[in-house]
Amino acid sequence: MNGGLSILVIDDNKIRASIIEEGLQDAGHDKVIVVHQMDGLVRQIADINPDVIVIDLENPNRDQLEHMFQVSRAVHRPIAMFVDSADSHSIEAAVDAGVSAYVVDGLRRERVKPILDMAISRFRAFSKLENDLEEARTELADRKTVDRAKGILMKSKGLSEQEAYDLLRRTAMNQSRKIIDVAQSLVIASGLLGD
Amino acid sequence: MDPNLRPVIAGFIPLLDCAVPVVASELGFAEEEGIALKLVRETSWANIRDRISVGHFDVAHMLAPMPIAATLNLTSLAVPMKAPMLLGLGGNAITVSTDLWQQMTDTGADLKGDPVSTGKALASLVFSRYSNGNQPLRFGVVHPFSGHAYELRYWLAAAGVDPDNHVEIAVLAPQVMADALRAKQIDGYCVGEPWNTAAVSAGTGRIVTYKQAIWPDSPEKVLGVTQTWAERNPETLSALLRAFSAAADWCASPENAGHLSGILSRSDLLSCPLEICMPAITGQMRFGTGEPEFSVPGFLSFSGGTKAVPMPAHGRWFFEQMVRWRQALASEEASLQAEAVFSPQIYRTALGLDESWLEPAIKLFDA
Repeated sequence: MNGGLSILVIDDNKIRASIIEEGLQDAGHDKVIVVHQMDGLVRQIADINPDVIVIDLENPNRDQLEHMFQVSRAVHRPIAMFVDSADSHSIEAAVDAGVSAYVVDGLRRERVKPILDMAISRFRAFSKLENDLEEARTELADRKTVDRAKGILMKSKGLSEQEAYDLLRRTAMNQSRKIIDVAQSLVIASGLLGD
Repeated sequence: MDPNLRPVIAGFIPLLDCAVPVVASELGFAEEEGIALKLVRETSWANIRDRISVGHFDVAHMLAPMPIAATLNLTSLAVPMKAPMLLGLGGNAITVSTDLWQQMTDTGADLKGDPVSTGKALASLVFSRYSNGNQPLRFGVVHPFSGHAYELRYWLAAAGVDPDNHVEIAVLAPQVMADALRAKQIDGYCVGEPWNTAAVSAGTGRIVTYKQAIWPDSPEKVLGVTQTWAERNPETLSALLRAFSAAADWCASPENAGHLSGILSRSDLLSCPLEICMPAITGQMRFGTGEPEFSVPGFLSFSGGTKAVPMPAHGRWFFEQMVRWRQALASEEASLQAEAVFSPQIYRTALGLDESWLEPAIKLFDA
């Protein structure tokens, strides 16, 4: 159905690359090639002869890649950036998501658009995954800080765990601060006072 | 932050000549002009171009030929642009591997980087390889539309070397040049500082000539802004230019060299040892490992006021190089468009500069 377009994905983040690869394969593209590094890429591009190239914006070798396109144009293998300037919405969505795509000249836009859209949504899904992970990490760190603050209160004021937590919460409410901020101040202050 | 400040987002690439926007933001020059300047570090020139064209950045630190290439639609995601201010002059050098340098000295290359002498020495090596059927020498530049590409090509061509047939020219990111040289993926490169000094201090490269010797006091980086943004935000742009001009004067002051190097070497900026930032900033260069330091006036220069004014002649020169190297077709109309990108008007008006003085003559080393 997709007419066997070959798609080259350049991404040194292996997890993200495999997420994109999987998405494209689910959409019926069976010729997806993933490369993680630029070494010898000129030869690889010539061998693979991809119809579409997807690359992440964090890759510092984008300038190198574009230069290869320019050089290959000189030897009559025309390649151009897909996102044509008429479709500014697609361009912005792609740049926002952190992805760029290029296609061999002459490939019709409607055939490439779904591939770019897929890459965009997979990039977004990946950064959400990363953010969730980061949040989970922060949450865990926060809980540890609150636990330490409770421990300090239990020890210094002879409180039970619940009483210590209630005191933290009341203090936070009275000062219009977050519990974690109060807990952090307490841990720092206690460190300063030599525990 | 003061809500009355006008926000401006600027993209930059971590190189010594991102100093002006960095100092304008860090030391309060932007704030003094009523601007909340937010800097975003980028990893490639392609990203700078894409993100300014989709409006993520209001302005950007750019290679001088980039706004011309964008205006003439020679590059992806091209939009008409202006280069209202020069952010740095000079600052680039051409470095070769220590092996290649050894062969060049055997052929009498000048130790202080005279481009005629070093070009001649390199040319004789290029031709002997060529006639022996050996692999051509490979040189790195940072972007096809860059001062680096044109300086390297100009220097080679002046020595009789055809840069498209006698050698290979590849594009590599600035911070990987020294590693690529050590790994023998390339034989030499033209890049901005500190990435030449990095190879010298690693003992793998030798500086053979430099931008200031090829084309004295020539523009290297500019402030790039889309024509649309410039037209919609004339007051903000004027205020920004005044802030950048003051920041550039601060950067140019010799007594600030240590402070400036300290800021630029930080991990959120260039993330490199302070010692490799100092030579270009102080103009005290060391061209090879174990060689003495000597003074190269204007090696990399910053300055506000009249020296930062873009000139139509600069735009024309860059366009002529694009035509010379078959990136663009010669046309009078395109040449005028290129000149207009480097129009001095916006900057002069913003700073209240005198309009009556003349454009400097462009004089390259072989002219």
